[in-house]
Amino acid sequence: MSRAARTVAALVVFIVSVFPVYWMVLTAFKPTKDIQSATPTFLPASITFEHFGTAVAAKGFFSFWRNSLLVAGGAVLLALVIALLAAFAVARLQWKGRRAFVLMVFMAQMTPWEALLIPIYVIARDTGMLDTLWMLTLVYFMITLPFTIVTLRGFLAAIPVDLEEAAQVDGCSRGQAFRRVVFPLLAPGLLATSLFGFITAWNEFAFANVLIIKDQDDRTLPVWLSSFNNTFGTDWGATMAASTLFMLPVLLIFVVLQGRVTTGIVGGAVKG
Amino acid sequence: MTLLAERPVRTTAPAVPRRRKRVVLPYLLIAPTLLATAYLLLYPLLRNVIISVQEFGLPQLVRGDAKFVGLANYARVLADPEFWGVVSRTLWFTAINVVLIMVLSTLVALLLVRLGKWLRLLVMGGLVLTWATPIIAATTVFQWLFQSRLGVVNWALTTLGFEEFRDYTWFADGEATFGILVTLIVWQSIPFAALSLYAAMITVPQELYEAARIDGAGAWRVFSTITFPMLRAMFGLITCLEVIWVVKAFVQIWVISQGGPGRATTTLPVYAFQVAQSLQRYDLGAAVSMLMVLLLVLALLAYFRQLYRQEREA
Repeated sequence: MSRAARTVAALVVFIVSVFPVYWMVLTAFKPTKDIQSATPTFLPASITFEHFGTAVAAKGFFSFWRNSLLVAGGAVLLALVIALLAAFAVARLQWKGRRAFVLMVFMAQMTPWEALLIPIYVIARDTGMLDTLWMLTLVYFMITLPFTIVTLRGFLAAIPVDLEEAAQVDGCSRGQAFRRVVFPLLAPGLLATSLFGFITAWNEFAFANVLIIKDQDDRTLPVWLSSFNNTFGTDWGATMAASTLFMLPVLLIFVVLQGRVTTGIVGGAVKG
Repeated sequence: MTLLAERPVRTTAPAVPRRRKRVVLPYLLIAPTLLATAYLLLYPLLRNVIISVQEFGLPQLVRGDAKFVGLANYARVLADPEFWGVVSRTLWFTAINVVLIMVLSTLVALLLVRLGKWLRLLVMGGLVLTWATPIIAATTVFQWLFQSRLGVVNWALTTLGFEEFRDYTWFADGEATFGILVTLIVWQSIPFAALSLYAAMITVPQELYEAARIDGAGAWRVFSTITFPMLRAMFGLITCLEVIWVVKAFVQIWVISQGGPGRATTTLPVYAFQVAQSLQRYDLGAAVSMLMVLLLVLALLAYFRQLYRQEREA
């Protein structure tokens, strides 16, 4: 393939990947008359914040944000603490049943959660947890837990045991050695893992759609956004503005993490 | 920290209590994970199995007095031609998506290997942006792209001279909706597959390629005799992951078409949900979802075997 052909191919791939997102953001900023014009414009002629105003003013907008943040944040914190314990046991200690445990975590990571919608709905109903954000938090915690264990184990394994042992020789207890030596080195890994868990929970739709039914104010952002027809009718500007706002935290997380950690996560995800 | 200083500390540590602590500690550490998995994963799975062998409709949900009916639900589902229609649609949907994802991702990965630094960063940046797009945001945008009157796709097709696409309503036609869902899922899946394959491809020693080129091998020959055989395991893993993701794809389909129009886009997870939600036959829905899990497990036994082998080597 010649150099020119490669360049053209690269540009085609770039445009195809970026165009939908570009179009979403562009529509969000376009004045309504431009959105409805027969010939679309591909570059911003004039910019308006009107659609963002409509989206933010929509009924329940802030409670949906609060719910999504609470549920995703709670799930990730819970997963982080519990996964750190398990990852430490797997990466640092020798014990019987370790391989079986790791295999269980791998299988849990493969769970087709969509197949468990019905029993989890029934269980939530039986235990009075239906329509509570707690139930949703617990489900998201379980969805992110296996992935968190696998990645944290990877990050932990990359930190040499010698460092810990050296600290213990210097008089640290095992816990102190972990807190003072391993934890600071692990912090970037913890951040990356928790942010990816956050994205998973932030985006989840199926369970939020099934477990929160009665009280519409308890819904999360994805469910709200999926019913944009009810909220905004055919106001595509407002719909795209709402989608853009919804995507913003995820995009920020990707920018924070950048390439290196991302590829680390890819490796982790593929390995298990 | 010399090794000399380290040795005595290790050996003088009291052996017996330390060993006992070591035996208990790991199990304490994994206990929360085990408890959570038992209650939030195994129990729902078991409950699904139980519901699937009970008569479990709305009255049983409210009163909680479901009776066991053996395999009657499975018999009913398996005897239903509609179910087999859904299964074959799911298989087609999976095959089309996975083949497209793997072929296109491989091409993108091969392209990335051959690009200069700046173009490569540009393309990778675009892929990461796609990857970062939440499913719900993407489904919303695709509905806007393919909107009948103002959608940019219809405008582009009309401008290119395909007059029949003026105000064409994509979502009223079964095959068109199916096609849009395939496009959406392929678009969303390529970044992960392409970036993983690219990461694997750059680990292949350059000398191999040079040797092949000296021997006069063409691009296809180099790929089929060097790249693919060396990365066979990686291709296998990614294909398996994509199979899982496509089979269980629910959100895109549910939000865009709810399985319609008619039954044109009803795949297994959508069907299970429809049966449970709209017909309130939780028992039949549970049976369908168990059959889906069974199908996935059968298809992926190879993948688990490979994982196990990897874990033994690690």
